[in-house]
Amino acid sequence: MFAYIVRKLLSTIPTLLGVALIVFALFNLVGGDPTYQMLGRHANAQQIEEVRHEYGFDQSRPVQFLNYLKQIVTFDYGRSYSTRQSISQMIGDGIVPSLSLMIPAFLLTTLLSIAIGLGAAYFRGKAIDRVTVILCIFGMSLPMLGYILFGQYFFAFKLGWFPISGYETAWPDRVQYIIMPMVIFVLVSLGYDVRFYRTAILEETSQDYVRTARAKGLSEPVIFFRHVLKNSMVPILTNIVIEIPLLILGAFLLESFFGIPGLGSITIDAVNNSDFPVIKAMTTLVAFLYILGNLATDVLYTLVDPRVRLK
Amino acid sequence: MTTEVAIAPTIQSLPENEKFPPSRSLWGDALLRIKRDRIALICIGILSLYSIIALTCQFGWIATPWDKVVGAAYQPPSFSSIELIFGTDLFGRSVFFKVLHGTRIAMSVGLMSSLLSIPVGVTLGALAGYFGGWVDDLIVWFYTTVSSIPNIMLLISVTFVLGKGLSAMYVALGVTAWVGLARVMRGEFIKHKSREYVLAAESIGAGHLSRIFKHILPNVSHFIIINLSIQFVSAIKSEVILSFLGLGVQGQPSWGVMIDDAKLELSRGVWWQLAGATFAMFFVVLAFNLLGDSLRDALDPKLKH
Repeated sequence: MFAYIVRKLLSTIPTLLGVALIVFALFNLVGGDPTYQMLGRHANAQQIEEVRHEYGFDQSRPVQFLNYLKQIVTFDYGRSYSTRQSISQMIGDGIVPSLSLMIPAFLLTTLLSIAIGLGAAYFRGKAIDRVTVILCIFGMSLPMLGYILFGQYFFAFKLGWFPISGYETAWPDRVQYIIMPMVIFVLVSLGYDVRFYRTAILEETSQDYVRTARAKGLSEPVIFFRHVLKNSMVPILTNIVIEIPLLILGAFLLESFFGIPGLGSITIDAVNNSDFPVIKAMTTLVAFLYILGNLATDVLYTLVDPRVRLK
Repeated sequence: MTTEVAIAPTIQSLPENEKFPPSRSLWGDALLRIKRDRIALICIGILSLYSIIALTCQFGWIATPWDKVVGAAYQPPSFSSIELIFGTDLFGRSVFFKVLHGTRIAMSVGLMSSLLSIPVGVTLGALAGYFGGWVDDLIVWFYTTVSSIPNIMLLISVTFVLGKGLSAMYVALGVTAWVGLARVMRGEFIKHKSREYVLAAESIGAGHLSRIFKHILPNVSHFIIINLSIQFVSAIKSEVILSFLGLGVQGQPSWGVMIDDAKLELSRGVWWQLAGATFAMFFVVLAFNLLGDSLRDALDPKLKH
């Protein structure tokens, strides 16, 4: 177990370095000198010089790369170009609002879609299963922005059930601002997830151990909830990691629409303001978090399926 | 001699339908399955319609000019003329024409990003799977790294760096979309490279390139087609999000730009621009999703029995 974790930990180092290299190449080499993008066309020579010095663009490329690695390790990404705030400070402020929206949304989506997927697989081939599958395909085909705009317009603006947008740091009040975006996220992700879990669970039900369980006279619910569910954990965990990018996209759109001051809003504002250092820092941070998520799943695999460790 | 004489008339005397069915290739078999699949045929019909709309808009045969003023601002949908069928926008332009031109943008984004990503994905996946060793390590490291940066962040950074606009978006979608195909191709090449037919090709003197592209690739090329439908869906969805973020299409109507406009219109009760773009997108994505499933069933030999 310990050796497995260490091996996995070491194997992420090349990936982390690769991400740093790609982000650096993208922002500092392909894009040319980003000073002009940040200042626009009407900058004078002195402004350009100041910016180039502050962000280290006047140094040689290898030195720039080392500086970037230093930023990653020390978690000090310098200052935002548009707000002049420290980027680490901005990320620190944004992380709690983001998590308080996305963690409940993600948990609810996962639990609900596993439950529905299990139900559909249990009633496979019957009318209820077919209707579920059709609804899933329809739900998958609607754009996320459509859900957001319709939800905000209909439930918040027309019916007034929820505030249209905003955020509150005190706890019981925060809930009312989070419910609407959370429900929208669940609806958006449900289609794909239910279909995926249904297929994963159906694949398990054709295994030999299910036949054995039936042969020794176990009831169908016991087979499903005790045996099949446990054995479907590997594809379920895999899907949870695959969903992380969708989670990030969801955070972007939902936060900016519902005025939640999280990491998504910060990034969207940065895009709108051409705030180069913030976009670079966010790209790095999100990629690193994703790699950590992958690592955590690799470790979780060993808990749900001891065979994984041996490979 | 006698046996040959005895057998030959027996086969010929069999009724027509009891003879051995003619053998079918993978593609012939897939074509037959698709022809029998009514949903797949409807999807192909819908996609052809979208493609025709996209092409005729591209050549300027219909809906030109899209920015012609056809009525008052925010005129609700009416059946009085074809231009007003989806109403008008803030500047009195026909929402229907904008939806048609959005189709052109969406289809072109799907096509161009596929044309860019398929050669890259196939080549890298084939090289990694076929050669193994350090080539494999290097390519796997490269695509693991690229896929570690969540797609939306990579898209934002690439379009941000390359500048806004349609061609930057093609490139951004192309360079982010090859990973999935490369992964599949690598797995298939690992499976195929030691099969008998490849060894046979080697023994008659086929070189590496010939084995990769002439012998193995035709046997795994159906995965490219299956991948294509996934690619189109993700390209169309990404176009909408990038245009919405202001990083996509500039100065042309696209579904993303229309949905972005709708953000401010809804509170005034103007819903038709959102509805037009959303439903136009819904049908094409639905058709690709369903066709993708049918293609997978028809082309993937593992699922056949």
